[in-house]
Amino acid sequence: MKIQVIVNHKKIQMEVAYDEFLVDVLRRYGFNSVKRGCDTGNCGLCTIWIEGKPTLSCSTLAVRVNNKNLTTIEGIGEEAKDFAAFMVAEGAEQCGFCSPGFVMTVLAMKRELKNPTEEDIIHYLTGNLCRCTGYVGQLRAVKTYMGVA
Amino acid sequence: MFAIKNYRTPNTLEEAYKLLNEKKANTILGGCGFLRMSNKTIATAIDLSQLMLNYITEDADYIEIGGMTSFRDVEVSPLLNQYFDGILPKAVGEILGVQFRNVVTVGGTVYSRYGFSDFITALLALDTYVVLYKGGKMPLEEFLIKGSKKDILVKIVIGKKNKRATFHSIRNSQGDYSILNVAVSKKDNIFKIVVGARPARAMMAQEASKFLTEGEINEKAIEEACIMASKELTFGSNMRGSKAYREALCKALVKRGLMEVLS
Ligand SMILES: Cc1cc2nc3c(=O)[nH]c(=O)nc-3n(C[C@H](O)[C@H](O)[C@H](O)COP(=O)(O)OP(=O)(O)OC[C@H]3O[C@@H](n4cnc5c(N)ncnc54)[C@H](O)[C@@H]3O)c2cc1C
Ligand code: FES
Ligand code: FES
Repeated sequence: MKIQVIVNHKKIQMEVAYDEFLVDVLRRYGFNSVKRGCDTGNCGLCTIWIEGKPTLSCSTLAVRVNNKNLTTIEGIGEEAKDFAAFMVAEGAEQCGFCSPGFVMTVLAMKRELKNPTEEDIIHYLTGNLCRCTGYVGQLRAVKTYMGVA
Repeated sequence: MFAIKNYRTPNTLEEAYKLLNEKKANTILGGCGFLRMSNKTIATAIDLSQLMLNYITEDADYIEIGGMTSFRDVEVSPLLNQYFDGILPKAVGEILGVQFRNVVTVGGTVYSRYGFSDFITALLALDTYVVLYKGGKMPLEEFLIKGSKKDILVKIVIGKKNKRATFHSIRNSQGDYSILNVAVSKKDNIFKIVVGARPARAMMAQEASKFLTEGEINEKAIEEACIMASKELTFGSNMRGSKAYREALCKALVKRGLMEVLS
């Protein structure tokens, strides 16, 4: 089936199978920042935005995003770079495998939450697993980035 | 492997229902959170997204939640945060992450009557009805017992009389399923104690609820109600917890819930 989507402000026509998930289709069309981790809905690595909302691309059928606006990290490179500087400053990244999904969630949170508490931040980020850092450095970086004392 | 041979987006509920019942392997798509992990070969996947079933509305007496409403919409709904001490947002808020809750739906959850469900436990402590396209409106309690074959969950309807309500769950780790979940509500002197993830489906502890509703409320009565709830309900063992552990948890969580609605 053919679907029409806007990915990172660009209209694209995609050929998708009925049972194909968005993570595979986006990668097939060159959006390689989108990655599959657990493939069960647990890890958050495959997070992209659908109509601005952070959503699991491993759990979203591609046919269902017909005529929708999608955003991957390629589409918000500048913002991602800004946030990356905070991560580097806090030594908050190790292997980096979790980063694409994590960054998409943090940037969505920045848009959605006004004056969050540390608890709000932790709650928002619980869907992004990281096997290396132990989260402490990540939390420091996110708090500074969000302007939370 | 989960496979879909054909895909349709009906424009009416009638069309969706007809399609669903044309073949045994025709299937409604909720958020696909669970479906995708099955080995099902779906003949025709029926996507309800054209039917405007994603809503949370209110009138004078009821709150209605459409079948395609996501858990994230439940979580951030100002209306649902304002009613019943925010028990519904609280119950869904611990289910994995934001990006997962933007996927899974109210309809997929309630129609499936999952034993582990946090949302169903919270709903059962309220005056909740299920509206099915063919089966019509019935109390959630009845639906959980009877279930339904090849129907469509159109919406959930909740009596709006505000009440104190609270939800608690215990998990081995964040993001895991509940080992046990408990919801308690109180309107005037009427108590409802509901226990889910036993690991069987959520049930009201009828005797314990009645005991508190009809008796005097004091510390001794609360302790007794906790013991009654843990004795009248059945518990089982699975990889998350043993029968004995669940029974013990039940007492503790019911007490916590009762103290909160009485505070
Ligand atoms: C990894 C993972 C962890 C989870 N953890 C928890 C947890 O901790 N607590 C918790 O409470 N839940 C948990 N869940 C369950 C989740 O919250 C949803 O209840 C579940 O995914 C089903 O919702 P869905 O929208 O994805 O339905 P789907 O998977 O799309 O559908 C499930 C079933 O319902 C049918 N269906 C869907 N919509 C309708 C409708 N409107 N009418 C009739 N039939 C319909 C489908 O045909 C299918 O048979 C978890 C799920 C996953 C995948
Ligand atoms: S790959 Fe999608 S949640 Fe892990
Ligand atoms: S830095 Fe390695 S998984 Fe997060």
